[in-house]
Amino acid sequence: MSEERPAVYPYIPNSVPAVRDEMLRALGVGKIDDLFDAIPARLRFRGRLEVPDPLRSEAELRRHVQGILARNTTCRVYSSFLGAGCYLHDVPAVCDEVNQRSEFLTAYAGEPYDDHGRFQALFEYASLMGELLDLDVVSVPTYDGYQAAATAIRMAARITGRRKCLVARATNPDKLSKIRDYAKPDLDIELVGFDPQTGELDVDRLRRSVSAETAAVYFENPSYLGVIEPGGEDIARIAHAAGALVVVSVDPLSLGVLAPPSSYGADITCGDIQSLGLRMQFGGGQGGFIATRDEERFVREYPSRLFGITPTVVKGEYGFGDVAYERTSFAEREAGKEFVGTAAALCGITAGVYLSLMGPQGMRDVGEAILLRTRYAMEGLGDIPGMTAPLFRAAHFQEFVVRFPQGTSVGETNRTLLQHGIFGGKDLTRELPELGPCALYCVSEVHTQAEIERLAQVLRETVS
Amino acid sequence: MDDANRQSETRLRRFHQAKWDEPIILELGTPGERGVLVPEVEPPVRAAVGDVLAALPANMRRREPPGLPEISQPQVVRHYLRLSQETLGVDLNVDIGQGTCTMKYSPKVNEELARLPEVAELHPLQDESTVQGILEILFRFQEILKAISGMDSFSLQPGAGSAAIYANASILRAYHARRGDGNQRDEIITTIFSHPSDAACPKTAGFRIITLYPGPRGYPTLDALKRALSERTAGLMITNPEDTGIFNPEVDEFVRLVHGVGGLCSYDQANANGILGITRARDVGFDLCHFNLHKTFAAPHGCGGPAVGAVGATAELAPFLPVPVVTFDGRRYSLDYDRPLSIGKVRSFYGVVPAVVKAYAWVVSLGPEGLRTVAETSVLNNNYLMKRVLEIPGFSAPYEPGTHRIEQVRYSLEDLTKETGVHSEDVGLRAADFGVHYWTSHHPWVVPEPCTLEPTESFSKADLDEYAAILRRVADEARSDPKLVRSAPHASTTHRVDPAPLDDPARWAVTWRAYKRKYATPIR
Repeated sequence: MSEERPAVYPYIPNSVPAVRDEMLRALGVGKIDDLFDAIPARLRFRGRLEVPDPLRSEAELRRHVQGILARNTTCRVYSSFLGAGCYLHDVPAVCDEVNQRSEFLTAYAGEPYDDHGRFQALFEYASLMGELLDLDVVSVPTYDGYQAAATAIRMAARITGRRKCLVARATNPDKLSKIRDYAKPDLDIELVGFDPQTGELDVDRLRRSVSAETAAVYFENPSYLGVIEPGGEDIARIAHAAGALVVVSVDPLSLGVLAPPSSYGADITCGDIQSLGLRMQFGGGQGGFIATRDEERFVREYPSRLFGITPTVVKGEYGFGDVAYERTSFAEREAGKEFVGTAAALCGITAGVYLSLMGPQGMRDVGEAILLRTRYAMEGLGDIPGMTAPLFRAAHFQEFVVRFPQGTSVGETNRTLLQHGIFGGKDLTRELPELGPCALYCVSEVHTQAEIERLAQVLRETVS
Repeated sequence: MDDANRQSETRLRRFHQAKWDEPIILELGTPGERGVLVPEVEPPVRAAVGDVLAALPANMRRREPPGLPEISQPQVVRHYLRLSQETLGVDLNVDIGQGTCTMKYSPKVNEELARLPEVAELHPLQDESTVQGILEILFRFQEILKAISGMDSFSLQPGAGSAAIYANASILRAYHARRGDGNQRDEIITTIFSHPSDAACPKTAGFRIITLYPGPRGYPTLDALKRALSERTAGLMITNPEDTGIFNPEVDEFVRLVHGVGGLCSYDQANANGILGITRARDVGFDLCHFNLHKTFAAPHGCGGPAVGAVGATAELAPFLPVPVVTFDGRRYSLDYDRPLSIGKVRSFYGVVPAVVKAYAWVVSLGPEGLRTVAETSVLNNNYLMKRVLEIPGFSAPYEPGTHRIEQVRYSLEDLTKETGVHSEDVGLRAADFGVHYWTSHHPWVVPEPCTLEPTESFSKADLDEYAAILRRVADEARSDPKLVRSAPHASTTHRVDPAPLDDPARWAVTWRAYKRKYATPIR
């Protein structure tokens, strides 16, 4: 750092020495350190923080950060068949245009008057999701699909006053980890397995496990393993007969072609909105939704904010505000429902933009394209001698399990694929060892015929 | 007097916010319009796999198309840009009025870097050899936070401040459970001037909450703490400075007493902006802490996330941090999942990674002296603004008059309300007519008729003078024309709402479809 010239900080206007002096004079204080007189000397840090020396100009900063990031290989360069909760989709340019608008990007927690646009955009997000889910209540986004599932289950526990939850084993183990941690004070989690042939939830087992203590039955559709669960009605009938609620996690991008969970008996629907116009961002693009019917006993149990439309004092003018605010921890601290704070609002606004652009036909088109390409990939990989794809006899959406010949190392196979510029599917060997050498492959609307065929060809050479 | 004169000369804006009277998006469009197209599926693919829709289980086929609007792209863009214009981001206003939120400038170059394909187009499960760059940034940023806090280990996974507080509560729970007294230690102590989540998150994690109220100096007395401590104490979860901007100078004694009964201490550092490089969590004795990257570290707030609440721990508690932790062996960066004591996942994957990229770039642009300048300037700005605000009759700053505050102040307008009948909330709505935010405070209002102002380092002296002049004008109006204030806002996008339907199950409407069902007579 140059000694003769005091540092100027472009982001800190009052770093100018003359201004600082003037302000200190106004305060009648000799030096800035005097302003910290409330902090006793014994608590003061007197060293120099061991953080990197500054790169003051934008040019130096860019060079430095880009230099580090250059060691990454992106899914634009390589062909990726990874999913498992984070998905490669086309992101309409308008989604990025809106979520980098400085007004939205830098807003926070203003009132419904000065931040009317933020309230309306989030009300619209909830409204568009409501159409997709066929439900009247959708929360402002929570952190991600994991949190949405965990909160949905705890809502069910509060609504029913019970403390057991049956959770489908065909759930992402990381998500299960989150659910277990979050449900600990209120709920005991018991897993319900899947049929080894079809991948569907083991309904017989469910029937035996459900009891008068069951608060909720939780499953995913499509499941973690890509299986479209056809047994929703049966599952709901069994759960409801015991007075339990049904919680279903769903990929909203599937709902242009697949029936919404509310149609087969889900009481609480939840999931992740990353697939709706958000880039993968190394897993940073997630956002969670929770949705229910408009019944007071459900609405009162949401921890998140709910933005409602309401009249203003001016005739014909829309206004917005918080619905049933007293249920939140903002209003009631520990007496509120769970907790609320900053979560993933901008993801919600982006998802609203996505749904507006797509419309009903776009959602149908993308759903159908994913079904077609997934099926094409399953057939192409299933044709390879020694390989089974899909492992489960079921309809699949976007993801499917591939079983390699006995003795194959999925890790080795993926390393070979990498040499061909392909990110192979997620290795399932450790989390589901009973399936044998398996991987979870993901195919979406962005995977071309040529890309899928190339994957099949490289795999054919690798496996044989 | 000179200063006061100069301030009264500050020219107030003749502001009016954008008002587009914009319909709800579901009112827009025409059947058949499209905003974007999906890539066509190649005919050979279609031919090979046949009718995939017919092949779905019948009950799983969507019967009716979703009632989404059909809108062309220009109309979608126009709609959302109009809504954006009706939103008052930091970039538009002197954003001092959202106290506790640390509204600061989020540098554009950081945004540019975080949106590079080398961040945006990475899948979290890619082979580690292909993500060494982003892992290096995560690792380097962990090291930065270690230096700033004195802690031994960090996780960047939690999705914002409350998620971080929850993670810390979960770590406390796991720590005590491992020592075999998890059932006994079921109480968390916090303070009323710590964020509501410092009470709500540990409650969600299963704890009973004891809340300490301020003593005469604005923070709880040691006696109050001693009365709360017992063999049931699991830990202390507090901010410091508290949301009043008052720094508890006995905090190390608080920590010592809690440790003395076997509890742990977790530091909510949402209010760290004024103490970066000034005082460190570990040096005070804390076992856990968290920082909000969207506040202190200049990642944008995004209308309320996505964000990061970075959790720091001592070596003793590091094994309990969420998995995975980013490690470096001198050659390669890795994701370490092999941590048997970990509380597991608190968020999917590794957190909101682009926010970490922005925070990293922010720190690197400043360096150690720059970080200290941030803290010093935010404290200078705050004390300067406090002087200006307290010159306005009707405003006070309860507790310890005449002393300096750290980075924010919780003011009281009680005197103004008593004199004029105008409440703090009314003052806030009138302030909106001059193009600024003004937030009362979290509930409960221990400080009567409160407002909390936090002028971060991003604001110039002229900005501070402008904000104070707005408050002075509104206070004057409260005396001369209270009706004007009580009926504000007059220059915002909308006017005072009817709050009654929002609490009435028969009329509340969280979605457009609920609104259409419930409102026989439409609002417009």
